[in-house]
This record gives sequence, structure tokens and C-alpha cells, in this order.
Amino acid sequence: MSLPASITRSIPTVSDIARWVASGTRSAEETVREALDRIRSDQPHLNTFLHVNGESALREADRIDALDAAGRERLPLAGVPLAAKDMFVTPGREGPTTAGSRLLERWRAPEGYESAVLRRLRDAGAVLVGKTNQDEFGMGSSGEHSAFGPTRNPLATDRVPGGSSSGSAAAVASGSVPVALGTDTGGSVRQPASLTGTVGLRPTWGRVSRYGMVAFASSFDQAGPITRTVEDAALLLESMAGPDRRDATCGRQQVDRWREAAGAGVEGLRVGVAADWVGAIPGTAAEALEEAVGRLEEAGARLREVTAPPVEDALAAYYLIAASEAGSNLARYDGVRYGYRAEGCRDLDELYGRSRGEGLGREVRRRVLLGAFALTEGYADAHYQRARRVQAGVREAFARLFQEVDVLIGPTSPQGAWPLGAKEGDPLAMYRSDSFTVPASLGGIPALSLPCGCDDEGLPMGAQVMADRFREDLLFRAAGALEEGPS
Amino acid sequence: MSVDTAQRGLEPVIGLEIHVRLQTRTKMFCGCTNRYGGEPNSRICPVCLGLPGALPVPNREAVHMAVRAALALGCRVNGSSLFERKNYFYPDLPKGYQISQYRHPLAKGGGLDFSGPGGPARAGIVRLHLEEDAGKSIHAGDRTLVDLNRCGTPLVEIVTGPDFREPGAARAFLTALRRLVRWIGVSDGNMEEGSLRCDANVSLRPAGSDALGPRTEVKNMNSFKAVEEALSAEIDRQAGVVSSGASVEPATMLWDEEERSARVMRAKESAPDYRYFPEPDLLPLLVTAEAVRDERSGLPEFPGERARRFSEVWGLDADTAAVLTDSRPTADYFEETVNSGAAPEEAASWVAGEVLRLRKGRAGGAAPGTLARLLERVAGERVSRTAAKEVFGRLWEEGGGPEDVDRLIEEMGLQQLSDEDALREEVGGVLARHPEEAAEWRRGREELTGFFIGEVMRATGGAADPHRTRKVLEDVRREGRA
Repeated sequence: MSLPASITRSIPTVSDIARWVASGTRSAEETVREALDRIRSDQPHLNTFLHVNGESALREADRIDALDAAGRERLPLAGVPLAAKDMFVTPGREGPTTAGSRLLERWRAPEGYESAVLRRLRDAGAVLVGKTNQDEFGMGSSGEHSAFGPTRNPLATDRVPGGSSSGSAAAVASGSVPVALGTDTGGSVRQPASLTGTVGLRPTWGRVSRYGMVAFASSFDQAGPITRTVEDAALLLESMAGPDRRDATCGRQQVDRWREAAGAGVEGLRVGVAADWVGAIPGTAAEALEEAVGRLEEAGARLREVTAPPVEDALAAYYLIAASEAGSNLARYDGVRYGYRAEGCRDLDELYGRSRGEGLGREVRRRVLLGAFALTEGYADAHYQRARRVQAGVREAFARLFQEVDVLIGPTSPQGAWPLGAKEGDPLAMYRSDSFTVPASLGGIPALSLPCGCDDEGLPMGAQVMADRFREDLLFRAAGALEEGPS
Repeated sequence: MSVDTAQRGLEPVIGLEIHVRLQTRTKMFCGCTNRYGGEPNSRICPVCLGLPGALPVPNREAVHMAVRAALALGCRVNGSSLFERKNYFYPDLPKGYQISQYRHPLAKGGGLDFSGPGGPARAGIVRLHLEEDAGKSIHAGDRTLVDLNRCGTPLVEIVTGPDFREPGAARAFLTALRRLVRWIGVSDGNMEEGSLRCDANVSLRPAGSDALGPRTEVKNMNSFKAVEEALSAEIDRQAGVVSSGASVEPATMLWDEEERSARVMRAKESAPDYRYFPEPDLLPLLVTAEAVRDERSGLPEFPGERARRFSEVWGLDADTAAVLTDSRPTADYFEETVNSGAAPEEAASWVAGEVLRLRKGRAGGAAPGTLARLLERVAGERVSRTAAKEVFGRLWEEGGGPEDVDRLIEEMGLQQLSDEDALREEVGGVLARHPEEAAEWRRGREELTGFFIGEVMRATGGAADPHRTRKVLEDVRREGRA
């Protein structure tokens, strides 16, 4: 399935826009204004954006246009309209950072505090046009768990766009912006990309700074771009990646030339195909995936079938560890220093209980409680520790696998976009939509989803490419070759 | 107290948990200034405030200081240790968890010698680890005010074995620990400002037994004296419980300074579960063998060792050596004075006396070399010891150097009169001015000798050498001259 023609017709890529603005062919003000117009017409029925930076975006665009040619050429993302998931802290004077939660509905960052990666992108010339809707605190796989209403899939508005980076995926899929920043913890960039027919990248954990990115599950959280082409994703990563002294887990690996890698071809590349995963998806999508992978072989890759890490165990381990870390990361939201505070509380316990009970949504509360339980003395061994052992097993499995192959290819999501409300009241069914994305999160490895075929209702499905830690070069080589070109 | 428990055949067992604030320039996980006091909530940032998306970054200086402290306490430093989250809710804990160390601390297994009530003693150190401090809650009427300046300050937590048998020993240990952390420059160990905090675990057991009885934890002791009092009170209380046939309920007790008693804060059963897990925002803390070697080689000679050396090399008694090694500056001053030529015993007496007194009282200072020169003059009888103290006072005020010693002695007119002829003249004058006393003295009233020496000193403005004067007086009397 491809995007409706009305959407695809006039949407340039990140690469296009950056080139035009840098060369002076188009002005940043023009590209930003067009983006703002499209957002305005999309927003009412899709509910993509929580906050639109109309004025500040145009001011930023003007600043770029005022630079001389040399100045503009130094900006790899000159004039590119960018949307960012509301998990990224933006300057308080521009608006709030809500993480999709009522608890932070009015919270504005103090002067001088903002997301490192977003600052890098804006310093590279990207213009922030707004903050996108999301599942609250990153907890969700459909976009239905926002405190500010669900986001709809632009390709079929009675369907979910996936989550938790629901708004970011919808904004790119609808053509409002060429790129949106999301966060991927258990698949929250890749899965919505798969459900909306876009490209979603999850870099290696430790590749990109997490400073100023609201934490959900720290050992899995990673910032990632959603774009329409693999080349665009590579371009974004070049500007996002690199060491940051404010993040102790952000590695010192240098930024690579990933855009080049995306076009370098797959001659001699050892490609592993996760046969059991492919066997689990709808026939139409499996065929498309197999056909795409077949073309890789024609292009010089060496194919083989491999066994991917087992999904059931990985899913359980991921959800236990993530909930444990989330419960701890969200303990700071207590109504004491900032954020929502319940009124009329008589003592501290009531202040805590009601502020959090009223400010946090159901799914979030579910996971905070699950996490507290998994870490409780007497249960921690059977749950948290065991989950960590399973994670170690997954890491070992990947380590062995990547000695045999350079990249692993499989589907991103077990299914295409499902109807809004279809998984309501069945949390486990919701969690299972992350079955294929969770292993890469556990392994800390990079993974990318790109559109590949559709399910039997014609809704987009995705192919997922995975590589060893810090081997985004191999990732992009395979992904670039798999891509049929901009959709 | 201890007589009481001993009579009941009971032995107190005390273990200490001490938190020492490291005197780093900045906080443990962020760049805020690490300093006591200040306008409330003026030294905070997104990290120590626990704002959404903030991340901790370890303070290298804090790690070095913690390693230094661990080595000074004879501990084994672990090449790899882990930060873990200690989760609990409290308004002065912004993140809702404290970053600490739990299963894999920085160091284990050391000890510290100290001078206990019963003589030299040693307590074992079970572990030492790094953690961040919480903020301060100030309860004012029906409101609680929270000041987060202190939040994120680096602490080392030091846990001793259950090695103390009386409160006085615990106190003596704390004194030695405080001296040590100041000595190696990792903390000012100031209990009143919270740079050194102590919680204690107390239990009783039948004398001679190896097992540990049920214990209570005593908190909120804000001075060494309070520690000793609180422990005594708790031991008494437990002894009372035991002798009435009941058994001690494990609990956490809060010491109340004003009431001079401890009350139960919470019973053991409801002790919180901190749900520890490794801090995902930090990598394992790696300390290389080389780094440990560097810290070790940079360690100064410890107070106990130095005191022993003073005794061995210069024959000082243990008490004097202890006074001289109470602080590094004092020990350094003494040693330099001796190295500049002063006799050890003289130097010891002056450093323990005049130097310490002046340092406490007056601004200024005189270098060890200056003192050494002055002591040389005393030894050469150029100036009396009494007069020299006055000279030293002036040198201290003026910040004088060795070259100023002779000048000041002359300026102040304090050159000692030792010349026998001159003294005889003075003596003669004094005896002549006091004929009645002179007559009585010649008849045998010995106590008047002191009076006449005093008069000679007065007449010479303190310059007369009292010993010589006495000799001259004796000679004069013996010779029968009036």
C-alpha cells in the first residue's frame, strides 16, 4: 500500500530541503510555513500535535534565511521542519514538555535546560515546528494512552498509528513534516513507523545523548528519527550522534558517514533472515519481505536463515525490567516540586497518592505498580533478577548471531494497524505488538524499520534490519539496499 | 551504666554507621557548588533537582577522595563497584531515589586504631561506599520547608563491625575518625555542620557470648557527646527490658537532645524495602590498580604513625606526641621547627603550648624557622623563657621571620641579664632597698628568696635570668655581704 497521492505529491525529503535551503533555492521560511499550514489542516482530525511552535519556528527560519551562503551551507539540516515527541525537553519559553501526561501538562523547563539531541538538530539548522502527541511517558504501543486524546493513523483514520511515538509517526506519514523525533524503548519508534509506512531508526543504546529526554526505562530508552527515506534517517543520525559529557552512558564512538553507507550496497554482506519471525506474520507481508530479501541476494549479499532470540521470554523480560526502571524514574513525579499537585491534601501520603493517582493515566499506574512489585524484597529474585538473566541470554544470542552474520532481517510488527479501541482492556495483547522490536532493545543493538509490503487489509507492514552494537554502518548498507526508493 | 550491665552479666555491643561529607568542589553527580549553608535552593540545577530528563554524571574528585579514605582506613578497594538506586519517597529526595552503592561497594575490610577508655583499641571497617546526600527538611509549625542545597552532596558511608563494648569507645573512635578524615583532606568532619553524621546499632548479649542479640538503631545524634549519652541511655533501657524478663524489640530510635532520651521512630517490621537495583544511568565505577597506587603513594603519614615516629626518633612521651599529631598543620609545624635546629623537647613544649594557643586566639603567624631561631636564643641564655614568650607573641602578630628575632629582643629590651657583675649590682640594689626583708632573709627566711628574685626581675624589666639571679643571691648571702 502506498500513501494517498494527495499526500505524497509535494513532500520533499530532509535531504531535498536541506539542499534547497543551503543553496538558496528555497527559503527556510517557505518550507516552515508550508509545514505549519499542513499541520494546521491535519491536526483537528489526526490529533498529531500537542503544541505547535508557530511563531518561534518562523523566527528560527528567518534567522537561517538571514545567514550568508557559507553560513547556510554549514548547516546539514538547513531549514528542515522538524517535529519532536513531547518527551524531549524544549526551552520553557517555547512551551511545556508534557510527555503526554496530565501530570506535566503545564510544566515548563527552567531557563537553560533543554534536550541535548534536539539542541544539536536545531544547531544543525532544523526548525522545530511543534511537539507531538504520544502514549503517556512512552508507555503504550498504539497512541491511545495519551492524556490528551488518541492520535489517528493518517493512512486510515479509524486505526491506530502505533506507539508510543504516535504523533511523530503520524506527522511524517501525513506529510506534515519530513522528519520527526521519537523515542524508542521497546519499539516505540520502529513499531509506529511500521504501522504508518514510514522509516524509523533506533540507534545503538549509548550512541545518542539522553540528556533532557524524559526517562521511561533508562537502560532501553533511545532517541530515534522517523523519516520517509533511509537516507534521511542516516542524515539525521549524523547530526544526532556523538558524545555528551552530560550523559555518562553516551559513548565516545565517533559519528560515521552513514549517508554514504546507505548507498554503499550489500556486496559480500552476510544477511541473516529470522525465518521463525517471518513465518509469524500475514502471508502478504511475508511474501513482500522474502521478495525484498531476495533482491539483496541478487545485489551480492550472502543470505542464510537464522534463529532469532526467542520472543516470549524476551517480551516478558523486557516488560518486567522496563516497568521496574519506569517505576523508579517516575517516582520524582510526586506533586512536591513541580507538575500536577492535587488540591486540599491533608498530609504527605495524601499529597503523593492523589497527585500521582490523578495525574498519571491507567497504563502508567499499571506499570509503576508492576515495577514496584518486581523489585520487592522476596520477589526481586524471581522477577527482576530472572528478567536480567533472560536479558543476558538474549545478548549472548545476538553476540553469537553477529559472529555469523552482519545484519539480521525480520518483520517489525506481527500485524498492521488495528482499529482504535480493539485492544482496549487487554494489556498483554497490546504488549505483544512489541514482540519483534523488544529483542533489539534488550540487546542494546541498533535497528531500523522500513516499509515492506502490507497485511491482508492493505495496511503497511515493515521490514526490520538489526546489526551489532555500534554497527550502524552495516545497518544502513542493508536498509538502503532494501528500500525501493522514496514512497 | 556499664557497672549495671556487667552486674547483670550483660555485654553491650555497638556498631556504627558514619556518613562523611567529602569536601569536593562540586556535588556528586552535577556541577553545583558543594558548600554548607547559603540562601535556600540557590545551589541547584536540573540534575540535583530531579527534573524530567536530567542525568547524573560521577564526580571524579569525589571518587579519588573516597579511594583515599578507603586506603587510609586500610580497606581493599574494589576495581569495579556499582551504583544502585535506593528507592523511597520523601520531599527532600527529589528523584524519589538516592543513588548509592549496595551489593558492590567501593571498598571493604579495613580498620582504625584509636585510644579507647581502656587503652589502645581497634575497630574493624566492614565497608565504605559512595553516595549522594538528600536535601534538608525544616519543620515549621504545620508546614515543612525543603531546602535542596545539600541534595546531591558527595558522601562516603563507613560501616564498622559490632566492635565497641561501651559508649566511650564509640566516641573515641569517632574522634579518631574525624582526625583522620581531616588529616587526609577529604572532609572537615564537622558534626555540627553535618559533615560527619553517625547512626549506631546497639544490642546486649550475655557476657562471653558470640551471638548477637536483638538490636535497635539510634539516629539523630548531633555531637560526639550526644553519641555517648544516647548510647548510654539506650544500653540502660535495653538492660532494663532484659532484666524484667522481656526481650528487646528491634526498632529505630530517634535521640532527642532536649529530652535526653530516645523514642521509637519505627518498629523493625515496618522497615522500608528500598527495592535496590543497579543505576542504569551510570556505568560500573572502575578504579584501576594504577589509580589506587597513585592515591596510596600520595597518602601522608597517618597521625598514629607520626606520633609513634616522634616518640621513637625524638623521645617524646605518648601524650605529647598525641597533642602534636592532633592535626597535620600542627605536626608539620613541630617537625619543621626541629628540622630548623630546635631541640625536640623545647620545640614540643612550645608548639603544644604557645603555637596552639596563639593559633586559636590571634590572627597572624610565625614560621617554624622563626620559632627555632628564638629557641636558639633561649638555649643560649640570650633571653629568658618567660621573656621569649612575649617576643614570640609580637613575632606572631607581625608575622616576623628569623631575622626579626634579635631585633625584637633588643627593641623590647628583653635581653637577659646573665652577666654576673651586672646581676650583683642589681641584687645589691634590691637588698639595699629592702633592709628589713634582707635582714630576715639572712637570718633564714628562705621564702624571701623568691621575693628578691621578683624584685630583681622588676628592676630589670624582666631581663634578669631568674636562675642566675638566684645563684647570685645565694653567693651574696654566703659571702656575707649585705
